[in-house]
Amino acid sequence: MTMKLACSVAALAIAAAGSVGAQDRVKFEYWYGLTGDLGAVVLETCNRFNASQDKYEAVCIGQDGYDQAVQNTIAAFRANQHPTLLQSFDAGTADLMLSGEFYPVHKLMADTGIEVDWDDYFPGIANYYSASTGEFFSMPWNSSTPVYYFNKDHFAAAGITEAPLTWEGMEAAFYALRDSGQACALAYAPSTWIDLEQFSMVHNVPVASNDNGYAGLDTELLFNTTQHVQHMENIQRWIGEGVAQIRTAQSGMTARDSFVSGECSIFFSSIADHNTVHKLAPSFAWDVQIIPVYEGFARHNTVVGGASLWVLSGKTDAEYEAAANYLAFLATKPEQQFLLENTGYIPVTKSTYDALLAEGFYAREPFINRDIAMKSLTYTEPTNLTRGIRLGSFIQIRAEWVNEVQAALAGQKTMQEALDTAVARGNDLLDRFERTYAGKTFP
Amino acid sequence: MRRAYFKANWIAALLVAPQLLIIFVFFYWPASQALYWSLTLEQPWGGGNTWVGFENFRTLLSDAYYWNSVRVSFVFAIASTALAMSMALVLALFADRQLRGYKFFRVGMIWPYAIAAPAVGLAFRFVFNPHAGILSYINEVLPGFWDPTVNGTQAVIMVVVAGAWKSIAYNFIFFLAALQSIPRSLIEASAMDGAGPMRRMRDLQLPLIAPTFFFILVINITDSFTDSFGIVDVLTGGGPARATDLLVYKIYADGFRGFDYSGAAAQSVILMVLVMALTFVQFRYIERRVHYT
Repeated sequence: MTMKLACSVAALAIAAAGSVGAQDRVKFEYWYGLTGDLGAVVLETCNRFNASQDKYEAVCIGQDGYDQAVQNTIAAFRANQHPTLLQSFDAGTADLMLSGEFYPVHKLMADTGIEVDWDDYFPGIANYYSASTGEFFSMPWNSSTPVYYFNKDHFAAAGITEAPLTWEGMEAAFYALRDSGQACALAYAPSTWIDLEQFSMVHNVPVASNDNGYAGLDTELLFNTTQHVQHMENIQRWIGEGVAQIRTAQSGMTARDSFVSGECSIFFSSIADHNTVHKLAPSFAWDVQIIPVYEGFARHNTVVGGASLWVLSGKTDAEYEAAANYLAFLATKPEQQFLLENTGYIPVTKSTYDALLAEGFYAREPFINRDIAMKSLTYTEPTNLTRGIRLGSFIQIRAEWVNEVQAALAGQKTMQEALDTAVARGNDLLDRFERTYAGKTFP
Repeated sequence: MRRAYFKANWIAALLVAPQLLIIFVFFYWPASQALYWSLTLEQPWGGGNTWVGFENFRTLLSDAYYWNSVRVSFVFAIASTALAMSMALVLALFADRQLRGYKFFRVGMIWPYAIAAPAVGLAFRFVFNPHAGILSYINEVLPGFWDPTVNGTQAVIMVVVAGAWKSIAYNFIFFLAALQSIPRSLIEASAMDGAGPMRRMRDLQLPLIAPTFFFILVINITDSFTDSFGIVDVLTGGGPARATDLLVYKIYADGFRGFDYSGAAAQSVILMVLVMALTFVQFRYIERRVHYT
């Protein structure tokens, strides 16, 4: 009896203390798109933030995917029930930029008096998330860039000593692998992000006019006129010859699964998969390499992928202050390191990266060679064509590309015809987008 | 004929008001909103729109890929309805004949209906997996024959089978209920007159369950146009090369994923008109042949 009483008194006391604490704290909502293990990491950053101070409370709500995070936020925004902070993926932000319904983080930090050294961010990341004036719209957080993963044992058996840095070398590797008895050299899944966008970055060729859309809304797609066509024709040929095989989720086995099971020797993906592949513990030695370029092209930088954090309009000053503190918290070195240790993402600031290098972070398993992504991202200073891509209706344009490439791979048309169609249909979408936002320009 | 009516109309109005309100809030209001958006270019984050008249409809109707979606949707609707109804009918006839284990099947056959569409998609993704699934055995005999990730026809077959599998359970319940409501005495009398099971089925049971048959037909056709989204999303994502890009999936992809609210609204309006027209046709021409007892 007394025990019970003591327990309930204690519970009451805790509840009272909790409610007092909660009342004092300024709450703000944060909707994120990451799911599974990665979603758990996001939630953990919120817990860490809430435990680190007693003035603010981040209420973090997973939205089950990047797509849904943005969709749900739009629906909520129209009902004035939106969160203060939104994790949005790169392709979903053109509408948000033009709507003006966001609070640029650069301004937010200045208004709330939080010092941020914006020059500390890697230029490949900074350019992607900032206005033409160089001011950040949104806060970079979970950032990645593509690499390729290869099976070292297969490479050794095929007599390949160096992971190739050119597509010509890559092709030779495919055939060497086949000759060594490896049926599937490349597990291929059509990806605009890798095959088109990042490919065009490293080759310094345009995806679209107007510096890939940065300079205006009257943009036209150009990818059916560049080295990209040759590349896609090569991929088609490799699939036809059997050295590359299509491995998508729809076929029941993704490219990553095909690689981890040892069926295929190479697959292309985000560096964020480095952590996942490590966790899946393949029974062979493996490593990563930056994506190849064709001979005759000078290699340029890749750009960042992943998502950034947007502060939305229509909230109170107190909520903005709370959100600003959370963003500043995420940018600290310990928090970046927490993200890096629990995911495959990369540091976003130079100082954090340098500090991690000095500590020997990247000399330890499982992080060895993961910073090859930094090499890719900082290979050259960004040019007008390698800052990034800023296109309206980008998600639909990506879908057009995928559908047309699938049609070509199924033999319904040639790759050139497919890419011409994708460009023509994409241009119609861009035209619609421009008219939807008549008279507006990217900030 | 004498008709019953309320003298005071306000009582009638009061009684139907809740129903009308629900229909208004959940159908007429959103539908009118969709109609309005379909005539504009709507900015997703609010902030206004531009009136463009019928441009969204013109764009859609002059798009060969949109007509492809219409065609695929009809193929899917007809094939999955035919498959789901015929399978369900055969199973219900057997269950009704009280063959061994029918008590178990009467309940067991209902289970698939309780499974969410994406889960069905995931299960069939494994069944149809060209590398490791059950059908991969075909590829061992005929290498490269089965690959729905490249072959559009096979992808359609896959979606039809998965879609039909899910509605078989629903149809089965209705067919079985209809069969069991036929008086036993009729069946027994015809059996005594020497009619075998097949004859009884053809001349007695099928005509007597015609109203149920018609109901199931309307529901299945409507469902396959509007409710096939989950399976397509998981199984094929509309591909390969738009082979399974059903109308309802295209609405989702353009509107929600691509933020083209106006284009998606125009597609919704077309789909709504299409389903209404189809239902009208079914009532006008097929229901005539149905005899309600």
